[in-house]
Amino acid sequence: MVNISYYKKLLDTKALSCTELTKAFLDSAEKENPSLNAYISITKEEALKTAAEVDEKIARGESLQPLEGIPVIIKDNICTKGIRTTCASKMLENYVPFYDATVWEHIKAQNSVLIGKGNMDEFAMGSTSETSYFGIVKNPHNPEYVAGGSSGGVAAAVAGKLAAYGIGTDTGGSIRQPASFCGIYGLKPTYGSVSRYGIVAYASSFDQAGVLASCAEDTALVFDVISKYDERDMRSVGFKKSTYESLSGSVKGLKIGIATEDLMASDEFVNSAVENTINVFKSMGAEVEEIKIPFIKECLPVYYILACAEASSNLGRFDGIRYGYHVEDYEDLNDMISRTRSEGFGDEVKRRIILGTYVLSSGYFDAYYKKAQRLRESIIKEIDKIFKSCDIVLAPTVPVAPLKAGANLSPVDLYRTDICTCAANIVGLPSISVPAGFTDDNMPVGIQLIGGRFKEDVILNAAYAFEKETGGEYIKLSEMGCGV
Amino acid sequence: MMWEMVIGLETHVELSTKTKIFCSCTTQFGGEPNTHCCPVCTGQPGSLPLLNKEVVRYGVKAGLALGCHINLVSKMDRKHYVYPDMPKAYQISQFDIPLCEHGKVELENGTTIRVNRIHIEEDAGKLIHEGSTYLVDYNRCGVPLIEIVTAPDFRSVEDVLLYLEKLQGIMRTIGVSDCRMQEGSLRCDVNMSVRPKGSDKFGTRTEIKNLNSFTAIENAINYEFERQVDILESGGQVEQETLHFNSDTGETVSMRDKENANDYRYFREPDVVTVRVSKEEYDELLASLPELPDQRMRRYVENLGLTETDAKLLVKYRRVAEFFEAAADIDAKTAAAFILTNIFKSVPTEVEREEWQIKVSPENFRELVKLTSSGKINRNIAKRVLDRMLETGSAPAEIIEKEKLGGVDEAEFEAICRKAIEENPAAVADYKGGKEKAFQALIGYVMRLTRGAANPAQTEAKLKELLNEEA
Repeated sequence: MVNISYYKKLLDTKALSCTELTKAFLDSAEKENPSLNAYISITKEEALKTAAEVDEKIARGESLQPLEGIPVIIKDNICTKGIRTTCASKMLENYVPFYDATVWEHIKAQNSVLIGKGNMDEFAMGSTSETSYFGIVKNPHNPEYVAGGSSGGVAAAVAGKLAAYGIGTDTGGSIRQPASFCGIYGLKPTYGSVSRYGIVAYASSFDQAGVLASCAEDTALVFDVISKYDERDMRSVGFKKSTYESLSGSVKGLKIGIATEDLMASDEFVNSAVENTINVFKSMGAEVEEIKIPFIKECLPVYYILACAEASSNLGRFDGIRYGYHVEDYEDLNDMISRTRSEGFGDEVKRRIILGTYVLSSGYFDAYYKKAQRLRESIIKEIDKIFKSCDIVLAPTVPVAPLKAGANLSPVDLYRTDICTCAANIVGLPSISVPAGFTDDNMPVGIQLIGGRFKEDVILNAAYAFEKETGGEYIKLSEMGCGV
Repeated sequence: MMWEMVIGLETHVELSTKTKIFCSCTTQFGGEPNTHCCPVCTGQPGSLPLLNKEVVRYGVKAGLALGCHINLVSKMDRKHYVYPDMPKAYQISQFDIPLCEHGKVELENGTTIRVNRIHIEEDAGKLIHEGSTYLVDYNRCGVPLIEIVTAPDFRSVEDVLLYLEKLQGIMRTIGVSDCRMQEGSLRCDVNMSVRPKGSDKFGTRTEIKNLNSFTAIENAINYEFERQVDILESGGQVEQETLHFNSDTGETVSMRDKENANDYRYFREPDVVTVRVSKEEYDELLASLPELPDQRMRRYVENLGLTETDAKLLVKYRRVAEFFEAAADIDAKTAAAFILTNIFKSVPTEVEREEWQIKVSPENFRELVKLTSSGKINRNIAKRVLDRMLETGSAPAEIIEKEKLGGVDEAEFEAICRKAIEENPAAVADYKGGKEKAFQALIGYVMRLTRGAANPAQTEAKLKELLNEEA
């Protein structure tokens, strides 16, 4: 299998130098990106510089860190000092941060080789990576399909072998959904596991950075590197134990809850993937029980009300004064700010800002924001309760099969595809999307394993066990990318 | 008809913590524009606030000093408004659960001002208009503030000024702020309405924003009072609005409508965790609260016998009071007199007295008071010594020695007294003839010869002793 340990072995055995490996990835990225559009920026110079350092280290006979020399893609809403960070928006088209996000610091400290910055939905708002100012991300398995979103570029690059793994962010499903559409793993950790410092905020109380990778082992390996306490994020908790070392492959006695009534998919291929996965887990000795998820119908409106409210506040800073796009000609200060925002933001971003401003406005606050906030508290209480009797909740990642590009769903219909993923963000629980089936069009389908707070080790181990048991047959990497 | 003004104040006090409220940038005043800045206080995309715990402690101290109830659990909220001085387009403040509530300030004219709440928040940057362009300096952005909100309990300009002076004194004493209006570390919003005297109903209020000197506050209130009374007397209605005081014209002017129609869209700041003060911390802060100016002043009057006027002047500045207390146990009145006359002359401004960077050390000051009080040197000499101490920072003994200001030694003193009697036979004769006044001439003579170093009482006694001997 092509994964991090595969590339690691190439380096360790000196079958390939890090520079050669990096060049192979850079070449395929440069070749494929014009059509795939997974990268907003390809950081060739940076990549070769890091590779040379790693090669020197190898020459000195030093041992390498877990991710040292491994090609990585970072979503373009994660601040990288000296490398432009656009959030796939015209607003930040030329924004070069002068500081590093904590999660990038951790990756950088590993000497992982940054191939480039991942395309995405503008400001991470969307489910198809079609709202990007830099164009649509195509699915590496079939260009007629989208890669999903908002971390579409990262998912496409990893599935297309244009990077060995990637770091994305997930506010309502933005890691898991594209991972599902692209046939790879996507882990959204517990809120607080990974520092948010330096990640351009969409919805602060939901945002969480996580891993996109081609196998469960890689996901655990990368998660261990990035999940550290960071005092710069007051909501950071960190994660104490190594999930990688706790991958046992045994799920005997594991209690899996399924909510066939509450979390149904509308797509037959998704449903059969769920059923098949349940059977595999049963065959391995896991206990499966039917559960009810209270307030599940309220999750979507609660998510969209609160996330948009926070987004409207978080995006207020883009006024054209300190950084980012700003209009050249204007009448006065107000004219400058409003025209900068009108021209700098795309439609979906504006839609959510307006929605969020509306639900926070006096006269509407109680009916929308306050009510949603109270519901959120109830949802948290109820769902936390489920994990007293269950280790894992198994559900579809997306209720529909991968979407075709240009399907032009209405905004609300598109929001509805977040129904299965957003609950984990509302509650702050860890959740991983695991490749688990295919459509008749041979497009990947993922299922989701949701765990209790800070039980990343439990869901990663379950994903690992499933992968071992099925021989990784649902993982789908495209042949387009790096062939080393 | 007699009209009465009704005023409530919102006072912003900049806290003197070393670092800003949500980042580790310095809070120092001034500096080249945009040099006390980082990703957090300039609102860079992705940056997150990290609450400075010192700010909470300072806030609690301020609350305790104003007799507030402290909310051991409070929270931060976002207050939204768009203006270039606020880089995130929201200010992190406290909305419905402030750190402190329900305090009060007693004014010396007997009025009690209720303090509704004190909350912590971040300051904004500064917008500078330069010709047709705007420039922004974010150095001040993120400097911690407390906002002290009173009930509408003020009925006169006097009340307001007494309150602010008192507030200044308290904040300085507990060491949470230097309260320098000229540097903007104490600023005031005045909420004001008028009503017929005797009425218990409130009129429509206006808010005058951002007053930053006592003169401006006084002038703005007086102007606004006249303006509102004029409107009401001519049958009009006061409009509820936000005003700006133009100190050049002395008038209050309406701010643009946009700023009046603010909907702050408060909601809980998701990036900052619940603000908690532990019971231990609360107890510790309560115990560490220094004596407040009022208590101190009463102690000076009752225990040390100072006049109220002198005591008030001394307690106004914390460092001055502490300096005074270095010598107060020896001779409070002498120590007070030295400070209020001699030393204050050398540090005439508010800022200088607040900073109290004088060359005289408390130990040397204590020594000087001791020398004076015991009669080793007389007051005139003491003052000369003090002036030299202020210039050089030397110890009093050193100055006395160097400038030969020391009291004359016993033998020399007696010799001089004898000489005075010998050289002034006329005066001696007059004195003996019953002219008491003539005796002063003898004392004056001794003073001249000792260059003022002799003690007048001792001189008188010595002279009389010698004259008696003669007789």
